[in-house]
Amino acid sequence: MSAPSDHLVVLPIVLPIAASGLMLLLDERRSRLKAAISLATTTVLLATALILAWGTLAAPQVYRLGNWAAPYGIVLVADRLAAMMLVLTGILGLAALVFAVARWDRAGPRFHALFLLLLMGVNGAFLTGDLFNLFVFFEVMLAASYGLVLHGSGETRIRAGLTYIAVNLIASLFFLVGVSLIYGTMGTLNMADLARRLSGPAGAEAGLFEAGCAVLGVAFLIKCSAWPLGFWLAPTYSAASAPAAAILAILSKVGIYVVVRLSLLLFGTGASAGFGQGWLFAGGLATIAYGTIGILAARDLTRAAAYAVMISSGTVLAALGTGSRAALSGALFYLVGSTLAAGALFLLAEILQRGRDPAAASLAVFADEYHDPFDDDGATETGRAIPAAVAIVGGGFLLCTLMLAGLPPLAGFIGKLAMFTGLAGGAMAPMAWSFILVLTVSSLGTLMPLVRLGIQGFWVPHDGPDPVIGRLEFAALAGLMTVCLGLTLWGGLGLAYTDRTVAWLADPTAYVRAVLPGGAP
Amino acid sequence: MEIVLSLGIGLFAASGVWLLLRPRTFQVVLGLSLLTYAVNLFIFAMGRLTIGAPPVLEAGADAARIADPVPQALVLTALVISFALTALFLVVLLAARGITGSDHVDGREPGA
Repeated sequence: MSAPSDHLVVLPIVLPIAASGLMLLLDERRSRLKAAISLATTTVLLATALILAWGTLAAPQVYRLGNWAAPYGIVLVADRLAAMMLVLTGILGLAALVFAVARWDRAGPRFHALFLLLLMGVNGAFLTGDLFNLFVFFEVMLAASYGLVLHGSGETRIRAGLTYIAVNLIASLFFLVGVSLIYGTMGTLNMADLARRLSGPAGAEAGLFEAGCAVLGVAFLIKCSAWPLGFWLAPTYSAASAPAAAILAILSKVGIYVVVRLSLLLFGTGASAGFGQGWLFAGGLATIAYGTIGILAARDLTRAAAYAVMISSGTVLAALGTGSRAALSGALFYLVGSTLAAGALFLLAEILQRGRDPAAASLAVFADEYHDPFDDDGATETGRAIPAAVAIVGGGFLLCTLMLAGLPPLAGFIGKLAMFTGLAGGAMAPMAWSFILVLTVSSLGTLMPLVRLGIQGFWVPHDGPDPVIGRLEFAALAGLMTVCLGLTLWGGLGLAYTDRTVAWLADPTAYVRAVLPGGAP
Repeated sequence: MEIVLSLGIGLFAASGVWLLLRPRTFQVVLGLSLLTYAVNLFIFAMGRLTIGAPPVLEAGADAARIADPVPQALVLTALVISFALTALFLVVLLAARGITGSDHVDGREPGA
């Protein structure tokens, strides 16, 4: 705890909140300066995440705030899973931001401050080592997301935002009830300390503790939009502006992350082993089914992308519920690819719909601060369009479709194949077969509507002008596509990483040893 | 004391849920506030109920005769956060009322 590199763990939290505070001091008209600060911050965040991920290959890094030892002090834990999610956030955040800088950041006030605050909340939720700080970071993330959902204003956004905020406020109350029940029964909120106490014999209040965990689980399942708690997701994500929707795709993955982390840490072994697994499996399958039906019924691309986010969440939940390590590893790999592809799809959809209904003029809430991005001056880049925009958008669309449907030769297929072989290698339980069946049907169910929407978008003649794509927007899309292709080319490395992540997660004593000075009992 | 506190929490929660399911946005806000009260009292109660016990350890104090300070810290944090978010929700509510011209949660009057 003395070398400067040890303090790198806290950077993903401190840097964005400092930059976000700085944004508030700058005048709303200095959009270029704001964009530059924002881009620099996000780039540094991605670099930090990569360095942390490299560091966690050797050993997880534990950061004790104020050097107070756990469980009395607050700890940040950067392990393989956290580092993987940080990198994912960094990539998606940078792409969404670059896309937004082209023009969306001027569609309403304080976009950059909210965006950086959201990144701070997400990073904090991945890094924190105790439940109450998880709540605080969750609230920071949600508060920023409320602002981002409303970014750009307009009736649909405000209507969707109203539901979104109400649902998430209720989820936060569930979170608090769960956390306080856990504290009341176990006397600690540090995750490692909880795992250590659970590894002993079951206490007298085990039932109450499990009830608390179930209430807490409901809060996270609302966040990752598991059926039947996820009806809010599709209207909200499809109403949000494109860069906001792209970064919101990572928000449901925060819920997934917490469910994966806590169920393996607290219920992997010990007194309450396997708690909630059946529910997760059934809920995951139902989510995949609901998402597939939703995507089949979707009539525009943003809605289809929102349901794709849902399917990807359901897949990880169901894979976690099977209890198979190989399946979970494949699911984590699939999660990375599908989140990036869904984010890219939100961006593509905006470009495609841009030509169709020009100046989707919306009523401004903050009339004095509202700058219409469509009649801006030379700062808007859409005029200098890249030729053959349609071809580029079409190619990107094809890539996204293959990634989300999980068809060869792209990374989505690698993840699904890893899940299938992991399950087929084990005992041929009806559980494994039903999972394979549902996932295969959902592949087909994703492919059909996306192809139909693609044909409508690219081949059917239409009156409006062809979609134009600015340089920055192209860069954002190209970046996401490159990462998707990279995941495909180096799929073996990626799977090896997730394999070792799951092996680390499956051994809670190692986590306890790393975090608590006294070590495991 | 236990029965009074649990009845109070129960009453707050029940009224909160009922209001939350009402069709007007203002009722939803009030319902959320009442539910927040219930949850905050619940967090507080999770530190066990004590009367006249100091929340801080003194040298030689009997550990069984102090109030647990952690839930008090938690409830303070939760209070501030929920207060701020309720205020934010009120702003969105007003924006929705202004833009849709209706205070129904769906943004339009039923049957309209």
